[in-house]
Amino acid sequence: MRPDLQIIQQWVQPGDHVLDLGCGNGTLLDFLQRERGATGFGLEINPDHITTCMSRGVSVIEQNLDTQGLDNFDDGMFDVVLMTQALQAVRRPDKVIEEMLRVGREGIVTFPNFAHWRLRWGLTLKGRMPESDALPYKWYNTPNIRLCTFKDFEALCRQKGIQVKSRRVVDGQHQNSWLARLWPNLLGEIAIYRITREQSK
Amino acid sequence: MPDSLPSDSVGLVSPRTIPFDEPIELACGQTLDRYDLVIETYGTLKADASNAILICHALSGHHHAAGYHTMDDRKPGWWDSCIGPGKPIDTDRFFVVSLNNLGGCHGSTGPNSTNPNTGKPYGPDFPVITVADWVKSQARLADHLGIEQWAAVVGGSLGGMQALQWSLDYPDRLRHALVIASTPRLSAQNIAFNEVARQAIISDREFHDGRYYDFETLPRRGLMLARMVGHITYLSDASMGEKFGRELRDTANKFGFDAEFQVESYLRYQGERFSESFDANTYLLMTRALDYFDPAHAAGGDLAKALAPAQCEFLVLSFSTDWRFIPARSEEIVNAMILARKKVSYAEIDAPWGHDAFLIPTPRYTDIFTAYLDRVAREVGA
Repeated sequence: MRPDLQIIQQWVQPGDHVLDLGCGNGTLLDFLQRERGATGFGLEINPDHITTCMSRGVSVIEQNLDTQGLDNFDDGMFDVVLMTQALQAVRRPDKVIEEMLRVGREGIVTFPNFAHWRLRWGLTLKGRMPESDALPYKWYNTPNIRLCTFKDFEALCRQKGIQVKSRRVVDGQHQNSWLARLWPNLLGEIAIYRITREQSK
Repeated sequence: MPDSLPSDSVGLVSPRTIPFDEPIELACGQTLDRYDLVIETYGTLKADASNAILICHALSGHHHAAGYHTMDDRKPGWWDSCIGPGKPIDTDRFFVVSLNNLGGCHGSTGPNSTNPNTGKPYGPDFPVITVADWVKSQARLADHLGIEQWAAVVGGSLGGMQALQWSLDYPDRLRHALVIASTPRLSAQNIAFNEVARQAIISDREFHDGRYYDFETLPRRGLMLARMVGHITYLSDASMGEKFGRELRDTANKFGFDAEFQVESYLRYQGERFSESFDANTYLLMTRALDYFDPAHAAGGDLAKALAPAQCEFLVLSFSTDWRFIPARSEEIVNAMILARKKVSYAEIDAPWGHDAFLIPTPRYTDIFTAYLDRVAREVGA
């Protein structure tokens, strides 16, 4: 299992009711169902991913976050709401984060860090829009329309009164290196945040 | 006569009639002392009876869902596109049961059957049947066949309503319910269309208050009109446009009111054929069953609450151009299931065919249907 998913699964408690926004082919939910006895749903719009989810027994709902939001979910009905590598692809990440913490007690978000040194390097020296393992697209065809840095994300959380419970940083291969831990905003490629609105006890 | 049938067909099949002697109490308060159900089955039931799938038919459907009755048949059963070896409902793995519902006109006890009390056809005296009544009779059919639990109950449109009702009335007797192109209740517009169809039948002079059998006649005009208006709601504007456009049967306008446009003659042909093969009282009864279906009603209109007893997993599918039961109706079902914390998967299939899309094997529909049932098959070891 990918190291980032390994980290995420540790934050899901046995029997948790989980919502996975942009669940892809259902790998994570499948794992959480089998290994943690979790229940829940994935939301996805890619037809092939939806089919794969169904064939592996992951409950998947075809639902577009940009146009449909999460209006069909009740307040606090999930223990955890996951969003791996999809925050940067929605139109209003700020609203999605608020909705995550409306329907769930806790959110787990991963996204590529736009302040990673290689991206800074590409823009500064080459004068071209950066590309990397985590962001392999051209500027004109990228689905990643709302890129941010770790600092940006944490500033947004502060502004909205959202508490960051944990932060892990991994590189493009999803490895958890000590250098990335030391200077996350410069050396970390992908961030994994665990956020909540609940006050820590 | 063709020498062979397609290799992905269940081949030649024959219906059989199963008599039930235990009286069945119906939602309307009446009781049928005895009744027959006509069924077809495809595939082989495993020794532990775990691989059975029930097919529930829609308004004008019947037991002949797949295969051919004779080598001369022009067309196979009504859902042959989805039932057969290697098809989504794979008869190499599943034992498939398809029936003609109570009140039907294809051999199961219905308005055109003989009323044992009078020796004449029931006609309008046949009780109005509900979706829950059908499910009850289907549960008895399952008992008869030795099927304790269906691997899945599958239906489109009115058939989907039966699948949903199964999950509420017999929660432990099905593992999966596949609710396709369906709705949790008819809208006012849906009921209005049904009412036009019923009025067409009832106002036909040959209807004779439903006792046309006694007059050795049939309300053909009325049934034809009912089918014509129904048929329009099964197609989409786009699919009708593609099929007929504004094509004339001749080269120029004739300034009269005969069937000049292709779409007119198509509808008339469909209506006439239907009026020869379908019973008018059954049509009234089936449309009423549609109108009455509303499982949320008993829970004060709260569908999520009504769904509480359900234990099975659900697959809900809708079709983008279905304007009879629009995708939003399926999403109502899905959202109620989400709130009720049921296991549910949902997809809206992009297809141009309107409501009829559930009968047409578009690639994404087939992929999803196959993937889901493949997993069901693995689950029951089929």
